[in-house]
Amino acid sequence: MKRGDIAVRMAPWLYTAALFIVWEGAVRLFNIPVFFLPPPTAIANAIVEYWTPIYRHSFYTLSTTLIGFGLAVGFGLLLGLVVGWSRSIYAGLYPLMIGFNAIPKVAVVPILVLWFGIGFVPAVLTAFLISFFPIVVNVATGLATIEPELEDVLKALGASKLDIMRKVGIPRTLPYFFGSLKVAITLAFVGSVISESIASNYGIGNLMLQAQAQFQVPLIFAGLVALAVEGIVMYWLMAILETRMTGWAQRSGFAQA
Amino acid sequence: MSAFVALDEVSHAYGGSTDTPAVEGLSIAIEEGEFAAVVGPSGCGKSTLMKLATGLQFPFKGSVQVAGEVVSKPVKIAGMAFQAPTLLPWRTTLENLLLPLEIVEPYRSEMRRRRVEYSARAANLLTSVGLGGQGEKYPWELSGGMQQRTSLCRALIHEPKLLMLDEPFGALDAFTREELWCVIRDLQAARKITVCLVTHDLREAVFLADRVFVMSARPGRIVLERKIDIPRPRELDVTFTQGFQDIVHELRSHIVRART
Ligand SMILES: Nc1ncnc2c1ncn2[C@@H]1O[C@H](COP(=O)(O)OP(=O)(O)OP(=O)(O)O)[C@@H](O)[C@H]1O
Ligand SMILES: [Mg+2]
Repeated sequence: MKRGDIAVRMAPWLYTAALFIVWEGAVRLFNIPVFFLPPPTAIANAIVEYWTPIYRHSFYTLSTTLIGFGLAVGFGLLLGLVVGWSRSIYAGLYPLMIGFNAIPKVAVVPILVLWFGIGFVPAVLTAFLISFFPIVVNVATGLATIEPELEDVLKALGASKLDIMRKVGIPRTLPYFFGSLKVAITLAFVGSVISESIASNYGIGNLMLQAQAQFQVPLIFAGLVALAVEGIVMYWLMAILETRMTGWAQRSGFAQA
Repeated sequence: MSAFVALDEVSHAYGGSTDTPAVEGLSIAIEEGEFAAVVGPSGCGKSTLMKLATGLQFPFKGSVQVAGEVVSKPVKIAGMAFQAPTLLPWRTTLENLLLPLEIVEPYRSEMRRRRVEYSARAANLLTSVGLGGQGEKYPWELSGGMQQRTSLCRALIHEPKLLMLDEPFGALDAFTREELWCVIRDLQAARKITVCLVTHDLREAVFLADRVFVMSARPGRIVLERKIDIPRPRELDVTFTQGFQDIVHELRSHIVRART
């Protein structure tokens, strides 16, 4: 392995460590009170001390997020295929979806609570609502950007719309689709945590809310760390999935979503 | 008995008949086995002519016949290649060639059973354009010229009776382009297929074609039809002879006039 490669591989760890060291140093140097900004050591202590609830609530948040995300993948893929299928559906649905996406999801949570009560369902649905949009848009884009000339070549052979979708549309959409999963999974966390902190008795969002009420500031930050770790791991899994499924796109320099 | 490809007084407008037509009163007749070239100013409707002849667009006036039948749907007996090779990056070169066979009958229904045979046919075709042994590579591992050869092969794999080429060599450098002229010349001579080539390059048109058609500016129609009597087989050297140059200059002056 070359020297440069090692440097690149180590870089994320070094930068993360540097962030924590600077943080710790700044808190000590300026005597910042723990209830304002706790130093990383205090957060680490909180993580150890409250390991069991953090673990349990993280797991809960992870499950609502993943279920919402799973729904978003299924529904987003389906709607994306429908939207990308025909120009008129695309034209009709696009403004609706833009409008829908512009609605802050935090404003939707009360309605979800009204319909489904507090807890699990609103969290799943918020994660779903917030994360399906990038999937739809990317899938539709992949279908809508088939080269017209290639379409002509195939149509002149008597290919049906379905043929063109199967042979060209869907395979070329996959890189867009898998690319969008990275964005979607991070958004799904945002959704579930928003909902949990407004309307739930479980989950990291709720844990942080309780910690705030009791003024346990290090525990709030411990919750943030737990979310960040979950977010990074899921993002990383999606990135691996992307490379596995559509390595050709990266090797060929195909348009990346 | 009408010609193999016959457009008679055809008018077509993309935005319906109220729009300025892309072509108007366009008539052209290409005989079976003939190599026809169409030249003309940019935007005059050459690509439109291709689309009309292959059943990708339908005129609001006039008639289009291919192989004795009125064109009312995509013709299926045509192979097409464009300036962009448009190969599928997730398929190997060989798999790209098999794509038309997965769509056109009778190959389509026999694909499963005769895949090995079809692959061998594709490999042979690749060899015939100088790409022997490159079938397992992905298109993005090939040079632009090699991709264009592959695109030509894809247009030919289902043994079409009609080959439609829309500026297929436009994006290539001069040497590669001349190499591919010879490839297409030999393919046409060996298979006796009817070829319709759209090009901006007058030397290309004169070197390859039996007849060159010159189109007017939009709305396009044929303003000149020039028979090229240079005997076949033609070698590249012929392009440097006086007779050849004269034809090129004659066509050029017509196009200059057509532009205004
Ligand atoms: N899909 C389309 N929709 C609307 N107008 C079109 C479409 N395709 C072509 N046109 C118009 O029809 C006219 C003829 O276009 P065409 O593509 O046939 O020209 P061309 O001779 O092939 O030009 P070039 O040499 O630049 O390729 C042009 O003026 C163009 O603006
Ligand atoms: Mg054109």
